[in-house]
Amino acid sequence: MRPGRLYWLGASVLFTAALLAVWQLASDFRLVSPVFMPSPLRAWNALVFNFTEGVLGQRVLLTLQHMFFGWLLASAAGVAIGALIGISPFARTYLAPSLEFFRPLPASAVFPVAIAFIGLSENMVLFVIAFGALWPTLLSTINGFATIKPRLDEFARLIGLSRWQYIMQIALPNALPDILAGMRLSLTIALILSVTGEILSGSPGLGHWILLQARGFRSPDLFAGVLLFGVIGYASSQLVALLEARLLRWRGDSFGRM
Amino acid sequence: MTGRAFIPRNWRGFIFPVAAILVIEVAMRTIGVESQSLARPSEILRAAIGALADGSMLTATFQTLVSAFGGLIIGGGIGLVLGILMAMFPPLYWIAEVPFETLRPIPSIALLPLVLLIFGLGFAMEITLVAKTALWPVFFLTLTSVRGVKRRLIEFSSLIRMGLLERMAKIILPAALPGIFLGFRIAMGAALIVAVTVEIAANPLGLGYAMMLAQERLQPALMFAYLFWIGIVGWIFNALTVLLQKRCFAPRQSGRAAT
Repeated sequence: MRPGRLYWLGASVLFTAALLAVWQLASDFRLVSPVFMPSPLRAWNALVFNFTEGVLGQRVLLTLQHMFFGWLLASAAGVAIGALIGISPFARTYLAPSLEFFRPLPASAVFPVAIAFIGLSENMVLFVIAFGALWPTLLSTINGFATIKPRLDEFARLIGLSRWQYIMQIALPNALPDILAGMRLSLTIALILSVTGEILSGSPGLGHWILLQARGFRSPDLFAGVLLFGVIGYASSQLVALLEARLLRWRGDSFGRM
Repeated sequence: MTGRAFIPRNWRGFIFPVAAILVIEVAMRTIGVESQSLARPSEILRAAIGALADGSMLTATFQTLVSAFGGLIIGGGIGLVLGILMAMFPPLYWIAEVPFETLRPIPSIALLPLVLLIFGLGFAMEITLVAKTALWPVFFLTLTSVRGVKRRLIEFSSLIRMGLLERMAKIILPAALPGIFLGFRIAMGAALIVAVTVEIAANPLGLGYAMMLAQERLQPALMFAYLFWIGIVGWIFNALTVLLQKRCFAPRQSGRAAT
């Protein structure tokens, strides 16, 4: 930690408070239109009110559900398919280049196709989230399998590991940093696709809720919803970081010296 | 995101997609599928050629690229300036950390209802959302690469009494350029994705909207044609920047490591 880190963090919090105060004053004196920019106090009150009296808490849960289940499906499928392809140099040579085509493709472009097949439904949204969030995990798993050190391969052959043992004891742990990095990106994509899916299909959730607030010109409620998205985004990335720290602890400091 | 795997190094990468397309074509012809959501590969190709020939696909591509690059230039520009400023004067970054880290995790698409309220539909709102996305990769990579410029170089420049602007132009920016370019490259990929997403979710412009429209009009061939076209456009821009990066920065980067 940098010396004086806490001191500067405090200063930064104060600076934020000052910004909020300026914003509050600006809206009190009507320097900005309250249609677009509600005062921070009104946004905060809207947040508290919608949580205690309204459906906001339930909507947040629905969005978290979309995101989490889609991500879980994508991660499970990504690691499984990635391991199947990654373990075989043959499959890697013939399949991986085709799969790379999906990496730069906007995941949201799958929405029209999924709507044509499934229709505007809850399942459609879940399918697109899972499909769109699949690619980072899948591709990074393949990559993690492809970069196993030859020495480890030789060692595995020497002690006579079976294919399954090789996957579980050598390949997966070795690919874990790549897999987790892919899963982190998948989670971000899952959140984005949840919002997009809710806006498109009208399936209830925080994304659909903020759209309704905007249509009704209820800007304090809209800001409250947007703030919650910030919280969800921050909390989920912290969660994956925690998971990474925990799962990769075994590597310790010795990893570089292996 | 390294891009090295994008270009199949050998012909074997092509076998699977070509075989898959042939199998699908033959299977659909023998079964005789008549569907409102499926189309034969040959129909998709015909729809793509038709849309390219009548100009509608190129117009849509142009609209998406205007939004993507407009947002990239504005957002990337802001990120660049902020990154340089905050790398040169660290207290600026320390004090802005809390507001920055509060705004950053908000997904761009969650701001869609808000910008819709402010700008209405059209280029302005799409460019705003793209700019919000493009800002962060450029900002962080500029910040870290300007910070990473060798202390010795900066000491040397103050030794020979270079002014701040001259130091910026002759020492700091050239040394930080590979990192900044990487930031812009990442931001460009994100910019295209956000632009298409906004068009699919709300904005009646560009490739995303053209694809939605084809779906609503029950033209699956055209819909798939746009899907593949979006993939191809993304692929082309990524390949171009990878090439540019290799051409311009590869030797300098190794040179920098040697100093």
